[in-house]
Amino acid sequence: MKKMKLSVLLAMFALVIGVLAACGGNAGGEETEGNTSGNSNSGGGEASETSIVVAGSSAMQPLVAAAAEQYKGDNADADIQVQAGGSGAGLSQVQEGSIAIGNSDVFAEEKEGIDAEALVDHKVAVVGMTAAINPNAGVDDLTKQQLIDIFTGKVTNWSEVGGNDQEITLVNRPDSSGTRATFVKYALDGETPAEGITEDSSNTVKQIVADTDGAIGYLALSYFDDDTVVKGKIDGVEATNETIGSGEFPIWAYQHSYTNGDPEGLAKEFLDYMMSDEVQTSIVPEQGYVPMTDMQVERDAEGNITEK
Amino acid sequence: MAKASVTPSAEERLILTKKNRRWDEVRGRSLVTICAIIMIVATIAVTIFLAQKGLQSFTVNNINPIAYLTSTNWNPVGENASFGIFPFIFGSLAVTFLSALIAAPLGIGAAIFMSEIAPKFGKKFLQPVIELLVGIPSVVYGFIGLVVLVPLVRDNLPGIGFSLFAGVIVLTVMILPTVTTIATDAMRSLPNSLRQGSLALGATRWQTIRKVLIPAALPSLLTAIVLGMARAFGEALAVQMVIGNTRDLPGSIFDTSATLTTIVTLNIGHTTYGSIENNTLWSMGLILLIISFVFIFIVRYLSGRRKI
Repeated sequence: MKKMKLSVLLAMFALVIGVLAACGGNAGGEETEGNTSGNSNSGGGEASETSIVVAGSSAMQPLVAAAAEQYKGDNADADIQVQAGGSGAGLSQVQEGSIAIGNSDVFAEEKEGIDAEALVDHKVAVVGMTAAINPNAGVDDLTKQQLIDIFTGKVTNWSEVGGNDQEITLVNRPDSSGTRATFVKYALDGETPAEGITEDSSNTVKQIVADTDGAIGYLALSYFDDDTVVKGKIDGVEATNETIGSGEFPIWAYQHSYTNGDPEGLAKEFLDYMMSDEVQTSIVPEQGYVPMTDMQVERDAEGNITEK
Repeated sequence: MAKASVTPSAEERLILTKKNRRWDEVRGRSLVTICAIIMIVATIAVTIFLAQKGLQSFTVNNINPIAYLTSTNWNPVGENASFGIFPFIFGSLAVTFLSALIAAPLGIGAAIFMSEIAPKFGKKFLQPVIELLVGIPSVVYGFIGLVVLVPLVRDNLPGIGFSLFAGVIVLTVMILPTVTTIATDAMRSLPNSLRQGSLALGATRWQTIRKVLIPAALPSLLTAIVLGMARAFGEALAVQMVIGNTRDLPGSIFDTSATLTTIVTLNIGHTTYGSIENNTLWSMGLILLIISFVFIFIVRYLSGRRKI
C-alpha cells in the first residue's frame, strides 16, 4: 500500500512538472512569434473568422458594447464579444495576442510593461469627468487650487471653500485605475490624493457621494444624470461636450482601442464602424461621451495640448 | 436457443462474467484514482504557479520582503512608489478574528439549541433556514451592507459608516451559517450514552451540556470556528463594498480599512501583467494562500485531537 502511494505521488509530480514545462514552452514560443509576425497568431486568426473578443476598460465597456450590438444587428454573421476587466488587463491581453482589441482609458505609453510601439492606437471617443459633490456641502464651483487642496487633504472642511460646516470625505478610485490617473493628472496637476474611501465602480462611487454628507469623488459626465450628486464646475467652467471640445475644461481622457499591429478583418471593420458618423453622432453622445469630431484640441501621451 | 435469450439469474451473471468483473474493478478504481489525481494536481499546480508569480516582486523587482510585510506605506504608482502591505494584513486578520469572535458564541449557541433543546423544531425549521443562508451569494450580503448597514452605522455610531466594524458585521452574518452547521453536526454526532450517563448521575440538562457535551465536542466546535474564519479571510466582494478600502492602519474599529482581498480585487484589472504593481498583488495572493494553509493545518490538528 505504502509503495503504491509513493508511486502515485511520483506520477503526480511528473504530471505537474510536465504541465509547467509545457506552459513555459508555450509562453516562450508565443513571445517569439509575437515579435516576428505581429498578431497573425491567435488574435488575427480569430478576426478573419468573423469572431473577435474586445476587452479592457470598464468605463468604455458600455459604449463599445452598444456599438457592437448595433453592428451585429446590421451584420448578422459578425460575432463581437465585449468584456470589461480593466485597462491593464485589456492592454496586456492585446499585447500577448489573446484578444483582437484592447480598450484603455490611458495611453499605452503610460502603463508599465506595455510595448506601446507594437500597439496601434485608435481613439474612438473622449470621456469628460469632474468632481462629484454631495449636495449638502453647499458647493458647486471650485477653483483648481481648491480642488487640489481638498484632494491632498490640506482643506478638510467645506466651510474653508465657501460651503457648509461639514467634514470632507474623499472617495477615490484604485491606485492604477485609468479614471484616477486622468483625474490626478489633469485635475490635481499630478498631486497624490490623500487617503479616502476607495471604490472601483462608478455606480458605487456615485451612491457613496450621494449618501455621505461632505463626500467628494469624481465621475465620468454620463453619471451626472440626476440631482443626487452635484456636478462640480472647475474655475467656473461647467463640463460639457462644448467646453471639453474647445479645450476650456481640462479633465478629459481619450477612450483608446488598441490593436496589436494594424487591424485586420472584423477588427478593422468594427473600428471603422466605431469612427463612422453613425456611431459618432448617435451612440457616442447617447452614452455620455464626447465624439471625436467635436474635439478642436489634441493631446499626446505626455499631456501636451495642441489646437487641431 | 430460447433458454439462452432468457436473462440469467444474479448468481449466474456473477459466475459468467467473472472476467469482466475483474476488469470492472480495475476500471472503477482507476476512475476514482484519476479523479483524486486531478484534484491533487490542480492544488499543487495552483500553489506552484502562485508561488512563482508571488515571489517575482522579490526576485525580479527587488522589493525587500521584510519591508513589504511590515511597512505601512502603500503607494504603488508614481516615482517614489512604496510597497508596504502591513495595513492590509492587519485588516484581513482583524475582520477575520473579530467576526469569528461574534459568530462563534452565536453559532455554537444556535447549534446547542438545535441539537439539545429543540431537536425537532431545529431539524424541521431552523436547519433549512440556515442552509438557505449559506446559499446567498456574497455580493448580496455586500449590497445589503452598503445600502442598509452603512447608513445605519453612519447615523448611530462615530465615523462615516464605511468601517472595519461594518465589514465585521457583514462577515459575521456570512460565516454564521458555516459555523452553525458544522457545530450542529458535531453536537449531533455525540453518542447518546454521554447524555444518558450524565443525566443518570443526576446532572441537569444545562449541566450536561456545559460539563459533558461541550468539552466532548470541543475539537469539532473549534474546527467549525476555524472553517468560518477561513471563509471570512478569503471573502473579498462583500467586504470591499462596506469597509472603505483605505490604505492607512485603522485607528479605531469605526475607521475605514482594507483587507488583502479587497486590494487585490480593486486593483488587479487595472494593472498590466508583469508590472511591479501586478507582481505585488500576486504576492498578496501568495500570502493569502499561506495564511489559508495555516488555517487548514489548525483544522487538521484539531480534528486529530477529536476523541469521539
